[in-house]
Amino acid sequence: MPQTKSEVLQETYLATRAKILEVAAILDRIDLAKSSDGPIEDDPRFQKIRQAIDVLIKEAGDTSRAEQIQLLFSRPYDAKWTESFQLMPRK
Amino acid sequence: MDYIDPHIHMVSRTTDDYETLARMGCVAVSEPAFWAGFDRGSVDSFRDYFRQLTETEPARAAQFGIQHFTWLCINAKEAENVTLSREVIAMIPEFIEKSNVLGIGEIGLNKNTKNEATIFLEHMELAIKYQQQILIHTPHLDDKYQGTRMILDMLNDQRLERSRVLVDHVEEHTIRHVLDAGYWAGMTLYPVTKCTPQRAADMIEKYGTERLMANSAGDWGPSKPTAIPDLIFELRRRGHSNKLIHKVVYENPREFFSQSKNFKLTSR
Repeated sequence: MPQTKSEVLQETYLATRAKILEVAAILDRIDLAKSSDGPIEDDPRFQKIRQAIDVLIKEAGDTSRAEQIQLLFSRPYDAKWTESFQLMPRK
Repeated sequence: MDYIDPHIHMVSRTTDDYETLARMGCVAVSEPAFWAGFDRGSVDSFRDYFRQLTETEPARAAQFGIQHFTWLCINAKEAENVTLSREVIAMIPEFIEKSNVLGIGEIGLNKNTKNEATIFLEHMELAIKYQQQILIHTPHLDDKYQGTRMILDMLNDQRLERSRVLVDHVEEHTIRHVLDAGYWAGMTLYPVTKCTPQRAADMIEKYGTERLMANSAGDWGPSKPTAIPDLIFELRRRGHSNKLIHKVVYENPREFFSQSKNFKLTSR
């Protein structure tokens, strides 16, 4: 890999700061908005956002943060979908 | 640097865009049939669309020295209409021998429904019958992972040569599945719903350059048909060699498309 960690951080620091600030401002905006039906914390989308933020601050492990967050926001895959659709792909 | 855009919808772009692409190094474009932003009403509207892809667009591109190639299908969104889809699939052979047709595409899934999967399989049968390459659209956003896994299940057919299939719009959670299964993978540089040049560069660094391409999928939505030069710039900025960059943006598309008898790239 051509670049060092410091070089990547140097190049991306301001953009990262701006993107985090954008998310912070959105969460503040949600807090200040008037209440809708039920607490916002019960909205599954809001829960996913909070889970995604948890992913950001943890060590990546075997799966990259980007991949973890993609999967968090994804509909699950059912290996038996062809049975429920009654479609039989050929082997 | 000369490059090929393996997935761009020039029917929805003005002629000025062809000139811009030419000035930025684009030598060829590959344009799959797609959703026009509304659901077409009849097979005749698709027939007119295919004429546009096989006659009008090559002529527009040629004004600026760009070679135009195309793919034919009814797209995943309109595939929900099974009756119309079957009429379109029956009509496709009228155009398969046109000189710029590379294969069947962009077939795929949209909301991962039974009708979409049914029509995907029928397109596959058409491609197998006429020995055509296949270019595949994977769904957007929350539907992408589930739809990609379903598509890979449907592609698992011994009659298909995996090296002749391109699974497009891969992202961080689908790229490994596509590459491990032996297919070509395309990263789409498109705002919000898909990837950025930076994330595409990350995936190239993680997975290497084998069977991997990038495209702009420039269309009628907010998109940037010059996204591949953005990727070239990002890779250069990170210190990657011209050889590596050229492989991703020129050699790989050339290698993949060369498996279609109609792909005759003019060297410069």
